[in-house]
Amino acid sequence: MAESVVTNEHPEGDATRRDFIHIAAGAAAVGAGVMMVWPLVNSMNPAADTLALSTVEFDTSKVAEGMQIVITWQGKPVFVRNRTAAELTRVIADNDASDLKERQTDQERTKVGHEPMLIVIGSCTHLGCIPTFGSGDYGGWFCPCHGSHYDASGRIRKGPAPKNLVVPNYEFTAGSTIRIG
Amino acid sequence: MSGHESTYVPKTGVEKWLDTRLPIVRFGADYLSLPTPKNLNYWYTFGAILTICLVTQIATGIFLAMHYQPNTAMAFASVERIMRDVNGGWLIRYVHANGASMFFVAVYIHMLRGLYYGSYKAPREMIWILGCVIFFLMISTAFLGYVLPWGQMSYWGAEVITNLIGAIPMIGEPVLIWLRGGPAIDNATLNRFFSLHYLLPFVIFGVVVLHLWALHTAGQNNPVGILIPKEREAKDTIPFHPYYTVKDGFALLVFLMMFAVFVFFMPNALGHADNYIPANPLQTPAHIVPEWYMLPFYAILRAIPDKFGGVVAMFGSIGVLFILPWLDTSKVRSMRYRPTMKIFFLIFVVVGLILGWCGGQLPDAQVVPGMPSFTLIDGQLNSYLWLTRLATLYYFAFFFVIMPFVGLKETPLKIPASISEPVLSGPLAMSGAVPADAEKKG
Repeated sequence: MAESVVTNEHPEGDATRRDFIHIAAGAAAVGAGVMMVWPLVNSMNPAADTLALSTVEFDTSKVAEGMQIVITWQGKPVFVRNRTAAELTRVIADNDASDLKERQTDQERTKVGHEPMLIVIGSCTHLGCIPTFGSGDYGGWFCPCHGSHYDASGRIRKGPAPKNLVVPNYEFTAGSTIRIG
Repeated sequence: MSGHESTYVPKTGVEKWLDTRLPIVRFGADYLSLPTPKNLNYWYTFGAILTICLVTQIATGIFLAMHYQPNTAMAFASVERIMRDVNGGWLIRYVHANGASMFFVAVYIHMLRGLYYGSYKAPREMIWILGCVIFFLMISTAFLGYVLPWGQMSYWGAEVITNLIGAIPMIGEPVLIWLRGGPAIDNATLNRFFSLHYLLPFVIFGVVVLHLWALHTAGQNNPVGILIPKEREAKDTIPFHPYYTVKDGFALLVFLMMFAVFVFFMPNALGHADNYIPANPLQTPAHIVPEWYMLPFYAILRAIPDKFGGVVAMFGSIGVLFILPWLDTSKVRSMRYRPTMKIFFLIFVVVGLILGWCGGQLPDAQVVPGMPSFTLIDGQLNSYLWLTRLATLYYFAFFFVIMPFVGLKETPLKIPASISEPVLSGPLAMSGAVPADAEKKG
């Protein structure tokens, strides 16, 4: 039907005003579609109240030597471990061990003046299970799910996990109190 | 079969009126009179069984959703309330939970049947690919549904599986947080999983319609694997109804009896006791295993020592099915006439079962207890780790090496000229059959 109204005065393959309108209208429709989808997709991102739970405070003096307390931060378990002198000696001696997958010294994973206190997120960097302390080959954690061994510094030594247990952002605010996040 | 002419004649006034406006009765009548190869065996009844499985899951699911609370504080208790207080709730939930397992039993048989009889080969590639889409959607739906009771296995299964996405380099972490709706699995995650678990079965339903459309366009395959020439259609096909409605119906009854045994006598045999413990984000169960129908893929995931590599292998093991029609170089469809390939196929089935078995075991455990072995690279040879790796190797070799290679090298048996021939003439007369040339015959 269009042929009877519109005469094509342009040679074959040349862009016409009609082509321009087709492309422009199509592009506008696609753009509008994307703009419509984006709020839907974005609604699945963490909501404001979820993000608001992003810091937690904890008094580490409650953790006696050789003890571990698990607190939650952003729904994830955080290990606060007060390591013994023997454990500390062992992890520092292992700073140069050849089997470290992600090379870090113990000092890099703790705060100056609070060396025995190790604060790590308690989920295995493999697939997120919670490792248990004391059953691995390296005097640290062992993940029961797929057999990852961590030392007492939370560094991955053996097994499928790719990274060391994550040290969250935290600081000592007053004396022995820490704020995570 | 695509050129099947409508034989429906509207009789009553209402039917005539409707036939010129919305020919839905004609559609149904044509479907029932569809010429179908007359040699379909019981392996071909699983399509009908799967349809009933899908309908059962949707029907029971709708009623479960009327009582279920998708909230981390209430989900577990609401499921227990369904089990104890809701009228007949225990039955609906046990049918739904065991129905998922039955669905997968049927789909695995259906897929292996397609593999054995070459139902994925031209001109049926689209049927197969749509089937793979359905299979992938089924796995997703089953996973989402398993999270909903918010037991320990629900929570930790969700944790482990969503973490797979976090393994993708660069974009993994933000996508993971987006998917979960927060830094950890929580209420936001449960809510969206419920929403999607309700949605996907209807998407599956839509793809099933496309699957059947493709089936009726390309025509049914059959155990002999030859296309039925137009001139033989009258002799080699029978109408779908009553012949296959009855055959499918009988198979369905047997299947439902097995289904009922699970629902009424062993409703938790396929589940895990740990899922009757409310989810605890601070304690991982000692031994996380997915539902049985995911075990082969879980085994493949664990076989690879690298995290991202494992994820790629796991998705690859499903992804390879999509390109199967182009990996098989044989011109003969049915493995009935491919004695070499038949052996590799049987090994493949056994390897699939081994992978499933391995997926449920601890990787470091010994396969043969007490048998001394040595350490190979990163684990004892006599361990599920290495058995899984060998089985994984065969799984991929089957598709990427054996299928293309055997198809070119093997000498297939002679294919009969029609699907009646092997029945009517017996094995002796078979030798006089036309040499194998599936392409020419169709």
